[in-house]
Amino acid sequence: MTPVLALSGVTRRFGDIEVLHGVDLPLQAGEVHALIGENGAGKSTIMKILGGFLQPTTGQVLLDGKPATHLSGPAAEAAGIVVIHQEFNLVPDLSVAANIFLGREITRGPRLDHRAMAEAAAALLARLDTPIRPTALIRDLSVPDRQMVEIAKALSRQARVFIMDEPSAALTHREVESLYAQVDRLRAEGVALLFCSHRLDEVARLADRITVLRDGSVVARAVRGDMTEDGMATAMVGRELADIFPAKAAGFGDELLRVEHLNVPGTVPVHDATVTLRHGEVLGIAGLVGSGRTELAEAIAGLRRSEGRISVRRAPVQIRTPADAAQAGIAYLTEDRKEAGLLLDKPLTQNLTLSALGSFGFRIDGAREAAAMADATREFDIRAASPDMPAGALSGGNQQKLLLAKTMLTEPRIVIIDEPTRGIDVGTKQQIYRFVRALAAGGRGVVVISSELPEVMGLADRVLVMRQGRIAGEVAGPQITEENIVRLAMGVAGAAGGAAQGDTQQGDTQKEPA
Amino acid sequence: MTRRIDFHLLGPLVALVGLFILGALLNPAFLAPANLSNVLARSAFIGLIAVGMTFVITQGGLDLSVGSMAAFLAGAMIMVMNWLAPITGENWSTILIGMAAALLGGVLAGWVNGALVTKARIEAFIVTLGTMGIFRSLVTWLADGGTLSLDSGLRGLYRPVYFSGIGWITWPIIIFAVVAILGEWLMRHTRFGRHVEAIGSNDRVARYSAVDVERVRLQTYVLLGALVGLATILYVPRLGSASGSTGVLWELEAIAAVIIGGTALKGGRGRVWGTVVGVLILSLIDNILNLADLVSPYLNGAIQGIIIVLAVVLQREKRPADA
Repeated sequence: MTPVLALSGVTRRFGDIEVLHGVDLPLQAGEVHALIGENGAGKSTIMKILGGFLQPTTGQVLLDGKPATHLSGPAAEAAGIVVIHQEFNLVPDLSVAANIFLGREITRGPRLDHRAMAEAAAALLARLDTPIRPTALIRDLSVPDRQMVEIAKALSRQARVFIMDEPSAALTHREVESLYAQVDRLRAEGVALLFCSHRLDEVARLADRITVLRDGSVVARAVRGDMTEDGMATAMVGRELADIFPAKAAGFGDELLRVEHLNVPGTVPVHDATVTLRHGEVLGIAGLVGSGRTELAEAIAGLRRSEGRISVRRAPVQIRTPADAAQAGIAYLTEDRKEAGLLLDKPLTQNLTLSALGSFGFRIDGAREAAAMADATREFDIRAASPDMPAGALSGGNQQKLLLAKTMLTEPRIVIIDEPTRGIDVGTKQQIYRFVRALAAGGRGVVVISSELPEVMGLADRVLVMRQGRIAGEVAGPQITEENIVRLAMGVAGAAGGAAQGDTQQGDTQKEPA
Repeated sequence: MTRRIDFHLLGPLVALVGLFILGALLNPAFLAPANLSNVLARSAFIGLIAVGMTFVITQGGLDLSVGSMAAFLAGAMIMVMNWLAPITGENWSTILIGMAAALLGGVLAGWVNGALVTKARIEAFIVTLGTMGIFRSLVTWLADGGTLSLDSGLRGLYRPVYFSGIGWITWPIIIFAVVAILGEWLMRHTRFGRHVEAIGSNDRVARYSAVDVERVRLQTYVLLGALVGLATILYVPRLGSASGSTGVLWELEAIAAVIIGGTALKGGRGRVWGTVVGVLILSLIDNILNLADLVSPYLNGAIQGIIIVLAVVLQREKRPADA
């Protein structure tokens, strides 16, 4: 049978980096297809190409077996391809019904037929078995409710192909059941479905066909029943570590940071987190996107309100603002370099000294600033045409080095780095890894948060794994394996040895201080 | 630092020099010290306020209340002095207390604006639109719909603060010059100025860089309030009175001067010297139209309007060169 929609030998490059290497992916009518892989494996890129938001560099998108050369977003939608993105695409100030019919409003003559749209919306929502009122404003809805509206909106289009990115990530248990029922119904109606999910139980429950992606290539394919959840996890990982990581620490010093029973409220809350860090140690924090890693780090850095006890060098500290954290010697490098890390329209020098201006005198000493910039350029190998160029004109790798230099200017004892190498080429990655290790070797404590498992494993002396806002477990030394981490992150039962389970205290697997 | 000649940056300065030459050519009276003194002294009120406004706009805020605030402070200052005169006498200590009241009132009014923006988290436009109405209404109420006049004895004593100085360079000119230089220094060479620019450029980055964003924002409103108080102190001796129509549209003139001077309305880039140039351009246009009969002085507003729009167009042209 000809697939409704298929990728044939698709590659995709971003600049010099090829992120997809010749991927084949056929979607059959009446079949649910799961696409699984680690963060950064290329799932999102594939979804964007299928939805017409990105074009393949080479290879083809086949629609009903015929090449669809310029399948743009609107054209894809006209062809019956509907994508539900992870980020909501809803207008907060419009009603549920108005959102569902946005751009395809039902009219009677020149005026909107509010009643017809409300009735149609009500029927769609009833089909989803949800009590949301069609007249409610999106802004008044909870996140799961908004997700249901997204699904209703997608259902309202006569879809032949349905692509869902983590559809259940924001849903509660009851809503997940109703989503599954809809998936079953759509399959019975002959719709081709593709979804990405980190919930392997969900994949096992829903998928007729599974494609496993790793580093931009398909590494395994299976049909329903052929692959266990364990098999999926093993297929997703099992990559050998390239030798780009510096040697790990031989031993650590005394306790540097202790965070106890930290609770962080918010849309992605953190519950009862306990973290310790010693001088000279690199601590990795792994977990899925949305597991609370960044929220935990931002709370320690005074950027979020939190409750709990934090002590630095065994002395309790109160951290309510970023200035408090800086005072305590804690520095945080954001994952959001462009929006929260650097002033893109300001010169490099002004960016470098922004956090540490207090040490440049009441009248800012321009000569000392220039000297600091020269030092930083040398020490962190920042490749820039001039220190007066705007930070936004630097490459991603050099921006990251500048951010690192900026942070180090505050002379922190504890450095928390969120996604240290996001969007950075391999060569620069290696440099950054060496900087991180050098910081620890200098007696500081470093926390590395990363979605890239090889990075966490290669860098960290000890790894905390977060899952749904809690610290799901800890692995150290030889226990640091992809399988152990992935199992903890996904909550696959009966994983890794005893050391990896719920052990947030200093366990027996930890290296002894030298 | 490499020094390149940037014509977009120098644009306002070139325009100012051009206006000056034009004024001299059109009417020899333009260059008379009495005329120049008059132009500069009248620029001083808007100028002082515009220097403060530069900081507020650079951090990404706005203050529409300054004109009304000046009127209110003038009214309050006159009332304080009139009330004190029988007690402390018609002497300098009464005037000094009046000055202190104006300055303190300005600081307080600025603090209220700033606190409503940063602590109550209401948009600056809304907050200052509200306080603009409040101050305007308060001064009208204090004057009972008429005019508040300073007692004649005090007025005679106070007059020289506006009208005398060092030769034809009167006190308002001197104080404006000092504040402008200090303001430029504050913006360019201190942590406060750097933080103001950083917040206007991207307040999230500033927050993540351990800058106390709310405090710095509040400080810019307080600074502006204090400068409005200072402007009032120099304005009251000129007429010796205040009414509901005092300081009308000063806020827009101040904002226009800031924009003409090259400060970005969206924040992030502040030029105090540019603001000074902007103020002078606006005053010179007014003065030249009054001296020459080329164009009716009634078209003053139209020409100022054209200059403002032109200045913003020039700023936009600068963008691609920035990136």
